[in-house]
Amino acid sequence: MRMNNVLATRWGVVGVGAVIGVLAALLQKLGNPGNMGICVACFERDIAGALGLHRADVVQYLRPEIPGFVLGAFLAALLFREFKPRAGSAPIVRFILGAFAMIGALVFLGCPWRAMLRLAGGDLNAVLGIAGLVFGVWVGTLFLKGGYTLGRAQTTSKAAGVIMPLMALGFLLLMFIYPQIQGEGISGVLFYSTKGPGSMHAPLLVSLAIGLVVGGIAQQSRFCTMGALRDLILFGQTHLLGGVIALVLFAFLANFAFGQFSPGFIGQPVAHSMHFWNFAGMALAGLAFSLAGGCPGRQLFLSGEGDGDAAVFVIGMVSGAAFAHNFGLASSPSGIGPLGAAAVGTGLVVCLFIGWSMKAKGA
Amino acid sequence: MNSTIDARGLSCPQPVILTMGKIREQGNGVIEILVDTDTSRENVSRAARSKGWEVDRIEPDGAGYRIVIRKE
Repeated sequence: MRMNNVLATRWGVVGVGAVIGVLAALLQKLGNPGNMGICVACFERDIAGALGLHRADVVQYLRPEIPGFVLGAFLAALLFREFKPRAGSAPIVRFILGAFAMIGALVFLGCPWRAMLRLAGGDLNAVLGIAGLVFGVWVGTLFLKGGYTLGRAQTTSKAAGVIMPLMALGFLLLMFIYPQIQGEGISGVLFYSTKGPGSMHAPLLVSLAIGLVVGGIAQQSRFCTMGALRDLILFGQTHLLGGVIALVLFAFLANFAFGQFSPGFIGQPVAHSMHFWNFAGMALAGLAFSLAGGCPGRQLFLSGEGDGDAAVFVIGMVSGAAFAHNFGLASSPSGIGPLGAAAVGTGLVVCLFIGWSMKAKGA
Repeated sequence: MNSTIDARGLSCPQPVILTMGKIREQGNGVIEILVDTDTSRENVSRAARSKGWEVDRIEPDGAGYRIVIRKE
């Protein structure tokens, strides 16, 4: 048993947040879309597009950062003997939570990481999204206080634990077998955007390397944006919050240094200014993350250390992205999609039902 | 007074919620908490210390850990 995990100390988490902030700004500098150096929701949406699960041709790219996160977390977990295959805690509920978390995030246009990065890039619309996130997480804590639980996971086989890392490896292999062809929208079985955010990306190997590093240090530090807010609201603890504040601060400094800081509401990259829906979309996402026990990044890292329930949440998010773009639920810079409002309303009803009804027997 | 919490298999933040609840209920004495992940081990230990409890010992237990906290 290892008791000296430096990255899981208060200053360790702060350091990890700072590194993620700088690397995200760097990824943007190297080609990723504006204020989207790293966005777990957007990147999983792009992966859904690359696989043809939706056909929105501006958001199709098999973002190597995401498989990098899973594999980085997997390697760190193996190295420090934290790889523990486990599964079986209400997987179907986690799938639904993942799907609606993604739908909410795509109404706002970003996961909590991107909400912080948008703020650090000067996008003031992010303030509404972050307020919604806090509100959603707060509602989740009310359920947690009332005895909400998805039940216990059980130890499972090593084979089950390596499914997600193997999937990540498989996706990376696909990228090498079917590399992007300049100006072509398709290469073998993969779709590649030739315009829009999906066409903007850092070099593959740089994205992959940064993904692996972030996956490793985030797994070790337990970095979680939702957990940061939840622990503050529920326990008055600021342990994880330090990491999130460091992420915003260091991303801001790096953006400033790279000339990527531009304050305002209007004309922000991959963003809209419908304030209510920015708030409501992230409120839905925050509630879903809170009920599932982690932000999208954390769910990826957990899936890398063998958590099959987190893996189901991730697959739910990828499916949610496909729903969002196939059925007009996702927003665009011109505003929310035709059915975005209905989807947020439905998602809130479903999440409130889950929060209210899932309790331990006898609680 | 001694008591045991089985938080194995529960996801964040339930091991901490259960520990905090027992700390409030019991006031002092010894509490033993069973967890199955390193994250839960760290979170439960940190929560106990924040409430003025001492982490007496942490032992490997099956695939997880047995955490013993105490307050006189």
